Amino acid sequence: MVLDTDALRRDFPALDTPVHGHRLAYLDSASTSLKPRAVIDAVVRVFTHAAGNVHRGVHALSEAATEAFDAARDDIARFIGAPSDEVVLTRGTTESINLVAQSWGRAHVGPGDAVIASALEHHSNLVPWQVLCAERGAQLRIAPVDDAGRIDLAALAGLLDARVKLVAVSQLSNVVGTVAPIAEIAALAHAAGAVVLVDGAQAVAHLAIDVAQLGCDFYAFSGHKLLAPTGTGVLWGRRALLAAMPAWQTGGEMVAAVDLHAARLREPPHRFEAGTPNIAGVIGLGAAIRYLATLDRSAIADHEARLHRRLHDALAGLEGVRVLGVPEAAVVAFTVAGAHPHDVATIVDRDGVAIRSGHHCAEPLHHRLGVDASARASITLYNDDADIDALIASLARARRVLGVTGG
Amino acid sequence: MTDLDELYQATIVDHDRAPRNAGTLAAPTHVATVDNPLCGDVVTVQTRILDGVVHDIACEGRGCALSRAAASIMSTMVRGRDAAAARSLAAAFEHLVRGAPDAAIPDELGELRAFAGVRRFRSRRICAMLPFQALIRALDSA
Repeated sequence: MVLDTDALRRDFPALDTPVHGHRLAYLDSASTSLKPRAVIDAVVRVFTHAAGNVHRGVHALSEAATEAFDAARDDIARFIGAPSDEVVLTRGTTESINLVAQSWGRAHVGPGDAVIASALEHHSNLVPWQVLCAERGAQLRIAPVDDAGRIDLAALAGLLDARVKLVAVSQLSNVVGTVAPIAEIAALAHAAGAVVLVDGAQAVAHLAIDVAQLGCDFYAFSGHKLLAPTGTGVLWGRRALLAAMPAWQTGGEMVAAVDLHAARLREPPHRFEAGTPNIAGVIGLGAAIRYLATLDRSAIADHEARLHRRLHDALAGLEGVRVLGVPEAAVVAFTVAGAHPHDVATIVDRDGVAIRSGHHCAEPLHHRLGVDASARASITLYNDDADIDALIASLARARRVLGVTGG
Repeated sequence: MTDLDELYQATIVDHDRAPRNAGTLAAPTHVATVDNPLCGDVVTVQTRILDGVVHDIACEGRGCALSRAAASIMSTMVRGRDAAAARSLAAAFEHLVRGAPDAAIPDELGELRAFAGVRRFRSRRICAMLPFQALIRALDSA
């Protein structure tokens, strides 16, 4: 079945707003996605009809908020194939990973132990492990990445021994767009006695995620790359792991009973959700997932795969353009000889084309690939061929404006 | 002239493609490096200051057209001036790039007046300012 992209695009009001007088070609969904009307309406409904706090009041507004909030957690859980009590709500992927580093990590990683991260990680799946290892006297080992931008599995296997407590990898690279074989990595790690954390920030918007099948132990993602509001995120963890983890932030909502000198903590997931949550955001995330459920996911996958191939081939065919790695999904990062990515992004923006420029919070990967920075175009369900055409045409203009001639 | 043409006008493109005083000095007296955390760009400014006068200056690093051109023009303008004049040039430049798009452009900015266009590109002001931040930090490093 072919996706009706024109109809789908009408669900995203941001696409109707011209940018610098041009039709918007939004090729930066890997940074943050646009939001469908269903999500915007859900958030407005919260503040209009269900503006109470959750899990606290007995009045009508609080009950309405609580009902919608709990239903959203159930929707999120179903979306990733997990039971609701294994779904911890956070501010985003970064907070989810920090939660594991600070709670599970401090309890399980000690002097002489080791953590493995790959060389393609986003800073949010690297720096928490650097800090944890430095604090605990542990060693951070880096699984290398090949020229295609794939994690070197043989090298990763060689880094594993009984001292390794955790392996942290990204499922879909936010720069090179490669997809890591999570099941294989998990099998290797588990054989060595390590647990596996997967950064699913990019993957969750493009791949069908079933945590029960995936084989990992923790899965972290953000709502805002998945059509939902910013400030929402999820940490999925195996029940037995979560149950044994100490609290990391403390306060209201996460306690069962409190006297002046001690508190008894609640069971997961509430133990890790201190304070009033992002109620409207979480309900918005539930609405995003329900919106996605109304679409034909396999038609979307085909549409994205076709556009991604076209984007890649069009960029790779341009004079002076180098594509980083061998992208498999969603993103294509590239450099233009003689032009800095920031200048390129500024110029194409004036044609209504939104792309990312810089190191995309993955500075070590850029250095591995021999560049300081790159431009990145990313596609998702609401993109179409006209978006790619606009980028390619505008890149020619960028080269002219910057006085870049020849390759 | 579109705002893009104004931003990437000939002076800036020329200094970007052929930066003046690029590289390092044999015997610098004041040196500083600053990063732009937004993009990982970095500029190092080396100066040789004798009796309060910037006798020599060199800039190197990696960056976009705006930061490279700003470093190049800056180097040509502060060489031979005293440190106080270099600081006041940096202050005047910052005032320009942070100012309203229609504010007057002081003549004393010389070739740096080419950066008036950056006032319409809020996210790019930091690129133009980066070399001057390195210069000020170098002057402060005594």
